[in-house]
Amino acid sequence: MIAELGHFALILAFVVALVQGIVPMAGAARGHGPSMKLADTAAVLQFLLVAGAFAALVHAYVTSDFSLVNVYGNSHSLKPMLYKVTGVWGNHEGSLLLWALMLTLFGAMVALFGRNLPDGFRARALAVQGLVGVGFLAFMIFTSNPFARIDPAPLEGNGLNPILQDPGLAFHPPFLYAGYVGISIAFSFAVAALIEGRVPPSWARWVRPWTLAAWSALTIGISGGSYWAYYELGWGGFWFWDPVENASLMPWLAATALLHSAIVVEKRDTLKSWTILLAILAFSLSLLGTFLVRSGVLTSVHAFASDPTRGFFILIFLLAVTGGALTLYAIRAPALKAGGLFQTVSRESSLVLNNLLLATATATVLLGTLYPLILDVLGGAKVSVGPPYYNATFMPIMVPLILALGIGPLLPWKRGSLLTALAKVKLVAALAVLGGIAIVLATTDAPVLAVLGFVLAFFLGGAVLVELAQRVQLAKLGPMGAFRRLVTLPRGAMGMSLAHFGMAVSVIGIAAATGFSQEHLGVMKAGDTVEIAGYSLTFQGVEDVPGPNYTATRGRFEVEGVGTLSPETRKFRAPPMETTEAAIHSTPIGDLYVVVGEKTGPGYATRIYWKPFVMWIWAGGIMMAFGGLVSLSDRRLRVGAPVRRAAAQAQPAE
Amino acid sequence: MNGKYRFMLAALPLAVVIGLSGFFYDRLGKDPGELPSALIGKPVPDFTLPGLDEGTPGLASADLRAGTVTVVNVFASWCAPCRIEHPMLSALAKVPKIRLVGLAYKDKPEATRAFLGELGNPYALIGADVTGRVAIDWGVYGVPETYLVSPAGEIVWKHVGPLDEAVIRGELLPRAEKLLK
Repeated sequence: MIAELGHFALILAFVVALVQGIVPMAGAARGHGPSMKLADTAAVLQFLLVAGAFAALVHAYVTSDFSLVNVYGNSHSLKPMLYKVTGVWGNHEGSLLLWALMLTLFGAMVALFGRNLPDGFRARALAVQGLVGVGFLAFMIFTSNPFARIDPAPLEGNGLNPILQDPGLAFHPPFLYAGYVGISIAFSFAVAALIEGRVPPSWARWVRPWTLAAWSALTIGISGGSYWAYYELGWGGFWFWDPVENASLMPWLAATALLHSAIVVEKRDTLKSWTILLAILAFSLSLLGTFLVRSGVLTSVHAFASDPTRGFFILIFLLAVTGGALTLYAIRAPALKAGGLFQTVSRESSLVLNNLLLATATATVLLGTLYPLILDVLGGAKVSVGPPYYNATFMPIMVPLILALGIGPLLPWKRGSLLTALAKVKLVAALAVLGGIAIVLATTDAPVLAVLGFVLAFFLGGAVLVELAQRVQLAKLGPMGAFRRLVTLPRGAMGMSLAHFGMAVSVIGIAAATGFSQEHLGVMKAGDTVEIAGYSLTFQGVEDVPGPNYTATRGRFEVEGVGTLSPETRKFRAPPMETTEAAIHSTPIGDLYVVVGEKTGPGYATRIYWKPFVMWIWAGGIMMAFGGLVSLSDRRLRVGAPVRRAAAQAQPAE
Repeated sequence: MNGKYRFMLAALPLAVVIGLSGFFYDRLGKDPGELPSALIGKPVPDFTLPGLDEGTPGLASADLRAGTVTVVNVFASWCAPCRIEHPMLSALAKVPKIRLVGLAYKDKPEATRAFLGELGNPYALIGADVTGRVAIDWGVYGVPETYLVSPAGEIVWKHVGPLDEAVIRGELLPRAEKLLK
């Protein structure tokens, strides 16, 4: 019964979305107030209905209602409660419902907190949001109904893929979806602006908080997904350039570019056409990710069960959303007037450079992801594109990007001098190079790329501190005065420094973990000892341990000065599968990562890794996301802050 | 920048998206995991395999050049998907003018005999590839695998994984009919 209510709520939400997509749009075109106001009500109502449907599906999972095909296929009565709930979005239909929930949540938030937007603009943006909702809800109702029943109801479910039974899975997809879907707001705002035919500087201020929120969520989601892959897949890797990982990275790169170009639109009233295009592309790339994962056109470890009918539907949807927006763009963009001019060396130009590099990086990842598919269509060979491609193409783009990241914020608006900016960072640059030399001397066979990574990260971290010191006038006011200024600094500036510093922290983690990790792979018998990175591990044998829905083979390693590490291999009953649970001893300077595998001859196959500074990768990611949130709390941008255009223009000189 | 040029530039992203959609459309419903075989269009590799026991004939490359359309199925008693596809093979064996032969891959002959004793033997001939050497020459990727061989002994088509009705009706039989003409 509750499932039918959920299904009904979903259908109602679809109807509401249709109304939201059509009536306010027509109302805005004719200046009819009540029709425009309808957008707010519809957006909130649509969210409540989808939330009801979502709650109904969660209820079905929690009560293990196997009369639902979806629950039967993906849950099991013995599954721990946490995974019953997270199992809701561990499958195609449920994850779509979560998508729709996030989409309508963002729409409702625009309706509730976007009072500072002009009525016509808000109505149009919400109408576009409604049309996107129509596509998603129709997709669910017509091809992927999460509430479909089976009769007779089976007594037991098939169980969730054991790899997905993990706290990491519980939490990273919702953040990713919040990120993907949050960008839809930027998209709707861009389309609304194109319909109105003008992009005022205030547009950038409207779109910024939503993009920031989405970007922060996406950053957390990507970091979380990467950390999950690190500890769950048992190879100690943190990024595999898998199509689905790329699908999350591309919108992130585009959203990062959008955040930066929106600054130029806001401060200097230029770069509008490009910014609008970025907003459209960022969301299109989110949809593309959804398409790639669910249509079965690419092979990926993450792929949902693929189905050509669904693939066809999403393709049409993707084409309608992206194609529609880009057609509008092709018609309207040429008429957008460019505003303020700037010199070749200036803050603006450094942001343009940042955008060019990020856009190139996005295109590189896109090409790498789609190349096997395109080649296959053209009758070429079957290929897979892996890390060597990305190391050769993506990494070289990151080098100038990080350099620009360090220097750009030191340049003034309109016109700057590269020499003056470089003079400020010359000490930092010298120290970074010295740091690199120190690493080469302190280690043997240091890989060139990893050392370069360290040097860049040192430089970036240092440049961020230099910029911060300059901003708080450390030299003039002394430490106490500078601290007082630091506390009162605009949150946007603080957020920027935090995010850029987080980038430096991540780069250190990536350089260290890829360039300086150590490993010991081999068969170990009870009593064997392995020395790695100053740790001494003694294998004590294995024991069988029963779990709630699996049996674990648990190895015991005594590590001198640390204690016992107990990696497991878990054999699940439903579905029959094995997963490895690595035992990880994390420290700020590195992780000791131990995996025990199959019985091989007299002993067990073991893998022991030392991953220096690997936690820094995700610590940096969290810093970046936190920087985004700090920036979001800037009074100027705060969602729902009263309109204060005069105040917004009279900023302290930066 | 003149107006026409600006419009073309602004329409470029749209053109890219439409182009990509064409590629996506083409790939829909096709299996990206489908593996090409380097042996397609080539004559079958030379081999001679013994039968499952003394006295039963084995399988050799000469048998595949005997002038009939042959389906070579690589299977093993230890392979679960082979059990799943077995009813399909039994049905296929009844199709006239097509000969179904088996290649027992890395399997003990007594285990193969027990497997076929339980499920029935659809194969006209079986070669026991106990070491798996012949399968290497055939480029076997994993069991089960199925090859379609022309009357002249040329490999025409290959399928990795268990056969199902869609594959037999949609891919195997049309190709076999073409060979029979």
